[in-house]
Amino acid sequence: MEQPDTGEITSTTSSASSEKRQSLVSGSNLNRAQPTDENARTMIDVNHVNFYYGDVQALFDVSLSVPEKSVMALIGPSGCGKSTFLRTLNRMNDIIEGTRLEGSIRLEDQDIYAPAIDVVALRSRVGMVFQKSTPFPKSIFDNIAFGPRIAGTTSRKKLKDIVEVSLKQAALWDEVKDRLNDSAMALSGGQQQRLCIARTLATNPEVILMDEPASALDPASTARIEDLIFELRKQYTIVIVTHNMQQAARVSQYTAFFYQGRLIEVGQTQELFTNPSEKQTEDYITGRFG
Amino acid sequence: MNQTPSEFDSRLSTRHRNSKLFELFCLTAVLTSLIILAVLLLSVIYKSWGWVDLDFLRNHHSRKPEDAGINAAFWGSFWLIILTALFSIPIGVGAALYLEEYARKNKFTTFIQVNLANLAGVPSIVYGILGLTVFVRMFDMFRAEEDTVLTISLFVTQLSIPLPFGTTLISGALTLSLLILPVVIISSQESLRSVPPSLRHASLALGATEWQTVRSQVLPAAIPGIATGVILSLSRAIGETAPLLMVGAASFITFTPGGIEGIGDVIANPASLLEVPFSKYTCMPMQIYNWVKFAKIEFQEYVASAGIVILLGVLLLMNATAVYIRMRFQNKIQW
Repeated sequence: MEQPDTGEITSTTSSASSEKRQSLVSGSNLNRAQPTDENARTMIDVNHVNFYYGDVQALFDVSLSVPEKSVMALIGPSGCGKSTFLRTLNRMNDIIEGTRLEGSIRLEDQDIYAPAIDVVALRSRVGMVFQKSTPFPKSIFDNIAFGPRIAGTTSRKKLKDIVEVSLKQAALWDEVKDRLNDSAMALSGGQQQRLCIARTLATNPEVILMDEPASALDPASTARIEDLIFELRKQYTIVIVTHNMQQAARVSQYTAFFYQGRLIEVGQTQELFTNPSEKQTEDYITGRFG
Repeated sequence: MNQTPSEFDSRLSTRHRNSKLFELFCLTAVLTSLIILAVLLLSVIYKSWGWVDLDFLRNHHSRKPEDAGINAAFWGSFWLIILTALFSIPIGVGAALYLEEYARKNKFTTFIQVNLANLAGVPSIVYGILGLTVFVRMFDMFRAEEDTVLTISLFVTQLSIPLPFGTTLISGALTLSLLILPVVIISSQESLRSVPPSLRHASLALGATEWQTVRSQVLPAAIPGIATGVILSLSRAIGETAPLLMVGAASFITFTPGGIEGIGDVIANPASLLEVPFSKYTCMPMQIYNWVKFAKIEFQEYVASAGIVILLGVLLLMNATAVYIRMRFQNKIQW
C-alpha cells in the first residue's frame, strides 16, 4: 500500500472529518490515558504472524508488541481479524479445527507456540473475557473459585480469600457479598460481565484479553467496565478488542488498527487518534467506513 | 398496500378458517392416540381386577391360575435392568463424550456417526442372535461338556463365572445393553451438543483441561438430558421380549436370581449378590408371553393382564424417576 507522509494527510483532511475527530477526542477521557514509560518491559511480542482458518488466511504478517501493564486496544471494522488476533494470544484458536499459525508470539521470553508450551498453563497466565458474559450455571462463589480449584487449591479459607479479593478487584464485592451462594445467572448483564472479569482475575493472570467486553451492555454498565479496566491496568497487561472508538480512546494507551487481516497502524492511542499516519486509519476513525 | 379494506378482510377470514381447521386436525390426532391408550389400559385393568394382589407379587408360576404369581419374573426383570444400566451407562456416555468432546471431525467419526443411527434401527431380534453367539455360546470356544468355570477369589468369598455365560442374567443384560447402546449414545450426544460452546470456551480460557471442563461444566449441564435418554432406553429394554427369547430367558422357573427377594436377603447373605449375574432367570414380558400361550382361559385373560399391570406399573415408576432426576439436576445447575 502507499505510504503517504503525515504532512500530506493533515493537509488533505477535510474539515468535516477533523471536526468529528475533535469531538471524539474532547468527549473522552483521553487526558487520563497517558502512555506509560517508553522503556517499559515488553510483555507480548508478536513477530510476522500469519494465521489461517483452513485455506483461508485471516491474518497477514502482523507484528506488534504490547508493553507490560498497559492497555492496548484493537480496533477495526467487523471481520478485520482483530478477534482472531486476540485469540492467538492465548491459543483459543487451537480449539477450532484446521487452524494454523506462522511466525512467533512471545510472552515475556517464551514462544507460546513452541512445542514445549502447555496451553493449559498458558491460559492461566493469559486470561480471557468474552463478548457475551458466560457465567457458569453455578453459584457466584463457585464461578470465581473454579479457576483456583482446577489449579489445585482446595482449602476453603484460601478460596474464600481469593473470591473476596477477586470480586473486590472487579468492583462487584459490595453488590454480591451477601449472596455468594446464589446463582450467577441471576445477576444483571453488567454484573455478569464483571463476574467474568473477577473469575479471570482469580486465576492470577499476567495478561487479560477482552473481546468486546462491553458491547452488549448499557452505558452505565459500560462505564463501570471501563473504570475497572482503568484500575486493572496498574497491575495487568490488557489487550481489548472494541468497536467503540471512544472506548478505545478512553481506556487504552496504545491502539492497533486492523483492516482486512492486516495490521495497518499501531501506536500510542492519543497519537493514532489525533494524527494517524495512514489514510485508512484516518478514514476509519473519522467514520468514513466500517 | 393499495388493497381495499373489503378485499383484505375476505382473505383474512379464509386464513382464520384454515388456521382453525388445522388446530382441529391436531386436536383429533391427540384425541385418537389418547382414546386408544385409554381403551387398552382400561381393558387390561378391568380383566386383571381382583388378580393383582400381594400374593401375585409373592408367588412363582403355578399350574393353578389362582396360585400363579410373578415373583421370579419381577426380580429377573429388576436385575436385568440394573445390570443393563451398569453396562450401558458408562460405555454409552463415555462414547458420546468421546465423539462430542474429543474426536476430531474426519471420515472415520462420520462413519461411526452414520452407523450409530443405523444400529439404532436394527430389529431387536438381530441383537438376540448376536447375544446368543457372543455371550451365551461365546463362539463355542469352550466345550459345553467341560463346564469351564473361571473362579476369582474376592476376600472371604469367591466369584464363579461359568464360561460360556450360557442362558444366564449376564447374557441377557449384555444383549439388552447392545440393543440400547446406540440410542443411549445418540441421546447423550444430543444433550452434550445442547450445552452452549461458550461454556466450554470460558472454562478452557481459565486454564482448565479438557477433562476438568467436561467434568465440571459440560457433564453437569448435560446430565438431565443424558439421564432422560438413559432411563427411557431402559424402559424400552424392560419391555423387550424378542432378544431375550433368543438368549434363553427361561419359561417357567420358581426361584429368583441369587435367591434374593428383598433387601433383607442381601443383608443376610451379601455373597448372594455375586451369584445374581450368573443365575438362570425369567422376566416379566417373557412370563406374560408364556401365560398368553396357555390353554387355560384364566391364564390368557386374567393372569396375563395382571402381569401387564405390574409391568406397566414398573414402567411408570421408571419414567417418573426420569422426570424426577431431570428436575432435580435442573435445580442443581443454576441456570
